[in-house]
Amino acid sequence: MAIKDYIRQRYFPQMWCPGCGHGIILNSLLRAVDELGLDKNEIVMTSGIGCSARISGYVDFHSLHTLHGRALAFATGVKLSKPELKLLVPMGDGDALAIGGNHFIHAARRNIDITAIVMNNRIYGMTGGQYSPLSGPGKKATTAPYNTIDNQFDVVKLSVAAGATFVARSTAYHVLESIDILKKAIRHKGFSVVEILSQCPTHYGRKNKEGDAAQMLEFQKNTTAKIGSKALENDPALIPRGIFVDIDAPEYCEEYDKIVARAMKQSQNSNLDQTLINIANQTCEK
Amino acid sequence: MARLKLKEHLINRDWCKGCGICVHFCPKHVLELDSQEKVVAIRPEDCICCKLCELRCPDLAIEVITEQSDQDAIGTVKDAISTSEESINTSEQGD
Amino acid sequence: MTDNIKTNSPTDNNGIKTDNIRFVQGNEACVEGALYAGVDFFAGYPITPSTEIAEILSRKLPEKGGKFIQMEDEIASMCAIIGASLTGHKVMTATSGPGFSLKQEALGYACMAEIPCVIVNVQRGGPSTGNPTHVSQGDVNQARWGTHGDHAIIALTASNHQDVFEVTVDAFNLAETHRTPVILLFDEVVGHMREKLVIPEKGELPIVDRLRTSVKKGVDYHPYLPREDGRLPMSDFGGEHRYNVTGLFHDMWGFPSNNPQVVRELLHHLVDKIENNVHTITRYKEHFLEGAEYVLISYGSSARSAIHMAKNRRERGEKVGVLELQSIWPFPEAMVREKCANAKAVIVVEMNMGQVMKEVKACVDNPSKVFLANRIDNKLITPTNIKTLLRMIQGRGV
Repeated sequence: MAIKDYIRQRYFPQMWCPGCGHGIILNSLLRAVDELGLDKNEIVMTSGIGCSARISGYVDFHSLHTLHGRALAFATGVKLSKPELKLLVPMGDGDALAIGGNHFIHAARRNIDITAIVMNNRIYGMTGGQYSPLSGPGKKATTAPYNTIDNQFDVVKLSVAAGATFVARSTAYHVLESIDILKKAIRHKGFSVVEILSQCPTHYGRKNKEGDAAQMLEFQKNTTAKIGSKALENDPALIPRGIFVDIDAPEYCEEYDKIVARAMKQSQNSNLDQTLINIANQTCEK
Repeated sequence: MARLKLKEHLINRDWCKGCGICVHFCPKHVLELDSQEKVVAIRPEDCICCKLCELRCPDLAIEVITEQSDQDAIGTVKDAISTSEESINTSEQGD
Repeated sequence: MTDNIKTNSPTDNNGIKTDNIRFVQGNEACVEGALYAGVDFFAGYPITPSTEIAEILSRKLPEKGGKFIQMEDEIASMCAIIGASLTGHKVMTATSGPGFSLKQEALGYACMAEIPCVIVNVQRGGPSTGNPTHVSQGDVNQARWGTHGDHAIIALTASNHQDVFEVTVDAFNLAETHRTPVILLFDEVVGHMREKLVIPEKGELPIVDRLRTSVKKGVDYHPYLPREDGRLPMSDFGGEHRYNVTGLFHDMWGFPSNNPQVVRELLHHLVDKIENNVHTITRYKEHFLEGAEYVLISYGSSARSAIHMAKNRRERGEKVGVLELQSIWPFPEAMVREKCANAKAVIVVEMNMGQVMKEVKACVDNPSKVFLANRIDNKLITPTNIKTLLRMIQGRGV
């Protein structure tokens, strides 16, 4: 399997539960990277904290496992300081949109060339199954024994409103679609957001009676539909999948490079002016 | 579209966690979990090399090795998958 | 903002090039020190009284091909500079009390992951919003223990702009030498007042560059395996070696580990690499200290008043001297004990409720002779304030 070249095999088997959707997303992501033909040395994967964040330890790229919610802030520093690098930032739903919400909207606003992958399993898995801003109302979680009353974000709408120039959604079930979307997202110059609905059979699945991993994948298939499909037309309650936004806009690092060029030119001109003044003064004194 | 010919299912028993995803989604019911909850190819002769098990495995534990090279296989795999998906999906819920 | 001395003469009376003479705020002196040291990436957020550092760098960094970004908050600023340090850059952020509080988690990350970076805290009245435009030295202990867990930290300070420049250069050098974050604890008075600064010629002050690994491509590189001399060679992100960086306890490859031996050895390493080098990290200045009966220990803008007062007392025949600390953490216990050994009394002069005084008390032979001369109304402590307190300590009333 060509994608085995992209993993740190000595750390496998990976630590996720049997049937965890994050493993499938890792699988899809590696295939996307392989099909794009990217050089491992040009990729930096930055992640936060949580089950989803552990993905960065398993990949044979430059990997930066940071703080809860802060992956995009670290990634911004990496990218701006070395724009030729490719930044992949997988995050959990809580990591990206609860504690990380502020950094999420600002990275989108800047349209900095980073690919954010929201691995949305609608739960805080690592800490034992608390509800997240993506759980939605009426769900059971360890911190919602009487069911949740919180509404959830629509990641796509949030990303679009914040200024992301590539926004897409798929699920762990739809592997071919995910691979295709991830390729486009990574190739896109600007801030890309890919939300991939994932499953946590251990906490979310069990507590909310959504069954085992396979059944949760069936659920992803049955409750979603492609944008523009007949199925979505017939039942608008289905979650739309596909690419919602794919536009070209000035990218942050490129715009800043223009500032650097301008500042350096101005500085050289003013140094030249000063030198001429100095020479003139010395001539006058004589 | 040339049909892929299976060489073997390469299964890493250390990595397989017996989650059952590949078993559940195999369109030809080739795979089963053995007594140690690891996947085995019980009916390899029925395998159509759709590679859905390989694509959907969270642990990268199963690989479908075909007689053809990977490069030839990509387009053929995609065709095989859409064929198998159509045969098991109802029209309302399909991709 | 930068006022060059306006003169037609290329050098002043002491032969210093007038081009190198500035009349600037302390914040600008810090910027000049950072640029001299080679800073080429700054991420920050505006907060009084540090904002000028961000403003000046936003102009000067791109002139030199460096990068500046105003992030959405202080947390993001700290995270961004860590990211930029990993791609091989010398990095800095600047803030004040409330922002310094926000940065603590990420600062701890830099300690754990051993990332060189410089964090400037221009202290103001606190706690909380406090007094944004007034002075205090209240963040001393926070610089030491603000982030959770056992860790060591380096914090430097200065009382005049020439020293602000030099300790800023020092901060970058120490950050690279020990692969650690270094805090520059300045204060609102030094930050905002204007004073002469002479920028040294290139090569006059030593600069420590990033130590990079000599391990070849294809050979296993261990980001967290110390060399014999204790130093940890780095490898830039984007370079030939791919490795993991994490805030979890980790093995020499940077991969998470909770193995008790790994944890114990890593924690020892993180603390020892600073604490065992206290002698090379310690910076201080002596003013009129020879034979002093009364030793004033001070730092930052407080020290300016202490020095003025000591000079005043010496002129009247009183043996008063000043030990000016330029490094507060790791606290230079041995040096302080030695300098205070023969003093009748040790008076710590600071603008907080005795944060350094407690450290001095803990390390001198006779703690009962240590006193606090402080001021906490967010106004600069004056020589008269100190004189009054000294007289009381001497039993002479006011």
